[in-house]
Amino acid sequence: MTVLVRVMLKAGVLDPQGKAIAEALRRLGYAAVSDVRAGKLFCIEVDTADPKAAREVASQMAEKLLANPVIEDYELHLEEAGTPPGSLR
Amino acid sequence: MNDVGTGGAGTPRVAVVVFPGSNCDEDAALASRNVLGADVKMVRHDERALGDPDLVILPGGFSYGDYLRSGAMARFSPVMESVAAFAGQGGAVLGICNGFQILCEAGLLPGAMLRNEGLRFVCKDVFLRVESKRTPFTLAINKGDVLRMPIAHGDGNWTAERRAYEEMLARDQVVFRYVRADGSRGHGANPNGSLDDVAGICNVKGNIVGLMPHPERAAEDLLGNTDGARLFKSFATTRMAMHGA
Repeated sequence: MTVLVRVMLKAGVLDPQGKAIAEALRRLGYAAVSDVRAGKLFCIEVDTADPKAAREVASQMAEKLLANPVIEDYELHLEEAGTPPGSLR
Repeated sequence: MNDVGTGGAGTPRVAVVVFPGSNCDEDAALASRNVLGADVKMVRHDERALGDPDLVILPGGFSYGDYLRSGAMARFSPVMESVAAFAGQGGAVLGICNGFQILCEAGLLPGAMLRNEGLRFVCKDVFLRVESKRTPFTLAINKGDVLRMPIAHGDGNWTAERRAYEEMLARDQVVFRYVRADGSRGHGANPNGSLDDVAGICNVKGNIVGLMPHPERAAEDLLGNTDGARLFKSFATTRMAMHGA
């Protein structure tokens, strides 16, 4: 089973990378860009068929290592059969 | 030397931790030998025995390639369990640059590091003002003294949650701030965008200190700057006072 862990800087935490990317997009002519936040996405293969167990173990991994709770939040998404790979929804 | 660590103030012992990717470990060892006159033990990341030191230094570098977040992987090295235990008993720990990042990731110091505000790796001399004398590394330096030291980092934008930071201020945990050459705060002083111009902090007890600038690179005449030696000398003075020598 694949678990996607999305890690983003918390709202209110300055995101220098996102700001620079937003500025670059505007320079490319995308004037409608009002904000960009940059984050990280981890695709983790877990050897279990039990969604609850996969979610539980991924949650532990996010809290211990993948996200730093001082500055980052995380979200988990399980990839069910039939979901296109890498899709968050 | 057999009195070290048991009450006497003989030759100080320093443990310098070496992670895969540390690159200031030898500089830290040299400063410890040449300024403190210390016996230095290099302790690998996968070792656990620190060797009964008076001081543990987590040196600068790019431990584990700075993968995920700077310092995030080093935190899980076997040696860090020993460092945490040593610090928990009140042992002096100095984290320099990547060492500071590791201490934050390990939860031994508060806050976390963001990418530098300007997104660039910054390598230059900066000025630091001593904001607190409550650590062994600043006890023998005057509050308000301005020290010049080099920095070299891409992720030195230290930050903390507002309430946590207010508690730190109340407990006098900010040890160094970036200032201009004349000691004043303001435009041009802060090289990385850190919260409230913070350059170095300590834990509640004051025995664990982390800072982004490199005192070990400014510790001898040969290096063209001895301001960093003052931290090591302060540690020596504190240690002598503690041992009543």
